[in-house]
Amino acid sequence: MPRMRLILLQGLVAVIAIALWYVLSTYPVFGHVLLPPFFFSTPVDVASQIIDWFATGVIWKHLWVTLEESILAFVLGSIGGVVVGFWFARQPRTAAVLDPYVKMANALPRVVLAPIFTLWLGLGIWSKVALGITLVFFIVFFNVYQGVKEVSPTVLANARMLGMSERQLMRHVYWPSALSWMFSSLHTSVGFAVVGAVVGEYLGAAAGLGYLIQQAEGVFDVAGVFAGMFVLAAFVIVIDTIVSAIEKRLLVWRPATNDARP
Amino acid sequence: MAGGAAAARDATASAVALHDVSIAFRLAGGGTYTAVAGASLAVADGEFVAIVGPTGCGKSTLLNIAAGLMAPSAGRVDIFGASLGTLNRQAGYLFQADALFPWKTALQNVAIGLETAGTPSDDARSQAQTWLTRVGLGSFADRYPHMLSGGQRKRVGLAQVLIRDPKILLMDEPFGPLDAQTRQIMGNLLLDLWSADRKAVLFVTHDLEEAIALSDRVVIMSAGPAARVIGDWKVPLARPRDIGEIKLDNAFHELHRDIWHMLKAEVIKGYAQTEGA
Repeated sequence: MPRMRLILLQGLVAVIAIALWYVLSTYPVFGHVLLPPFFFSTPVDVASQIIDWFATGVIWKHLWVTLEESILAFVLGSIGGVVVGFWFARQPRTAAVLDPYVKMANALPRVVLAPIFTLWLGLGIWSKVALGITLVFFIVFFNVYQGVKEVSPTVLANARMLGMSERQLMRHVYWPSALSWMFSSLHTSVGFAVVGAVVGEYLGAAAGLGYLIQQAEGVFDVAGVFAGMFVLAAFVIVIDTIVSAIEKRLLVWRPATNDARP
Repeated sequence: MAGGAAAARDATASAVALHDVSIAFRLAGGGTYTAVAGASLAVADGEFVAIVGPTGCGKSTLLNIAAGLMAPSAGRVDIFGASLGTLNRQAGYLFQADALFPWKTALQNVAIGLETAGTPSDDARSQAQTWLTRVGLGSFADRYPHMLSGGQRKRVGLAQVLIRDPKILLMDEPFGPLDAQTRQIMGNLLLDLWSADRKAVLFVTHDLEEAIALSDRVVIMSAGPAARVIGDWKVPLARPRDIGEIKLDNAFHELHRDIWHMLKAEVIKGYAQTEGA
């Protein structure tokens, strides 16, 4: 499909959805308004709320806080995941001993940790960062662990025959392999960093997109809730686009057919 | 240092000598499987030896032992007269499967073998470029392995191994996955590069024609389990050879017929075993 036509069709979906939303929330059908504005708001109200946020500039502070929390959670969670992933993969005994605890920690729904982090770290950004880290860490950890363990035995034997020392094996074989697995899960881990930040804000914060949505919800301002959701969605799409661009640069060596690797 | 090196490279000693090598694997069920039993084999310096045997006779395992990637269950391996304890530092190994680093370009793949030995990066790269040109891939330096064809990857692999100038070249069905024409071209390329400095070569293949066309000696292994060396044939064909043309030679045909007569029985035996399993 030509690119222009694709974009037009994609835009058409949004236009139809918003038009339906507008009609059903504004005009009664057989005497009933199917989407009562109290519960569903209207596109006009939501748009004016968004425009108001940007016009007054209130939104920037919240966007910045969420962005900051997401980046910190992603970076710190990734570092932890890489270090522990490497450690486990190279020390099978440690991995075997700690395995049930890792599984246990990963199975825990992270939301239940939010109140504890708030208790420990306060209402500022760090309780949200901590929540994001617990989400990002496991994704990166599992991928790095897999990446180090699944280095092709032939490539490894070849590296040895080419005279690589343990340190050189680390640098030229294990590390690139682990990174390739980590990058292939970049979208997921970045996404989870944002989820951690927003959920944390939602449960108790003084700023951020999650806070904005929670505040609006608290006063039954449905337009505010929807406006917050739309801004959040746009925010995630922008970040995802940036991640795609980075991924494309970093994984030039990878054949395109392998892109779907988990 | 000089004395040590001289002792390690005794001029009269074989480049590779396997003495009564046996290889046994422990099975999951508890017993052991003897893949190779009492195999002896010597490759002189500068000699091109091909090992031919039916599928599953343990010829690749024998190569891994000569490389020091595996230790034999019994027997001894001598490299230039010195007993091999760890990795064979004098050998280059061309693998059957893809062994290039997928995250490195062709040039980086070739240069890495020098860089690990401490050659400065610039120097290693310029030598790598020379080697890529030598294997006919001078303009493919920036390609990653997945952008190269199977034959081109083998060329890069050959350059990657030869740039380190190993005294011994171990090759495990290196051209196995390639199509017939590419195999022939690669075989000629290999002979070309080899004739420049005549390394000792141990070349494993299941293709008898390829073995005769390339080598000075063809060693036949019996079907496993407990495979051993059952035949050792000199190839009295003149060099330099062209692999395509030499197959039309009468001497080639006679040798092929004689060796095949012996190999055929083993192939049938080996085939029956894999079918029965």
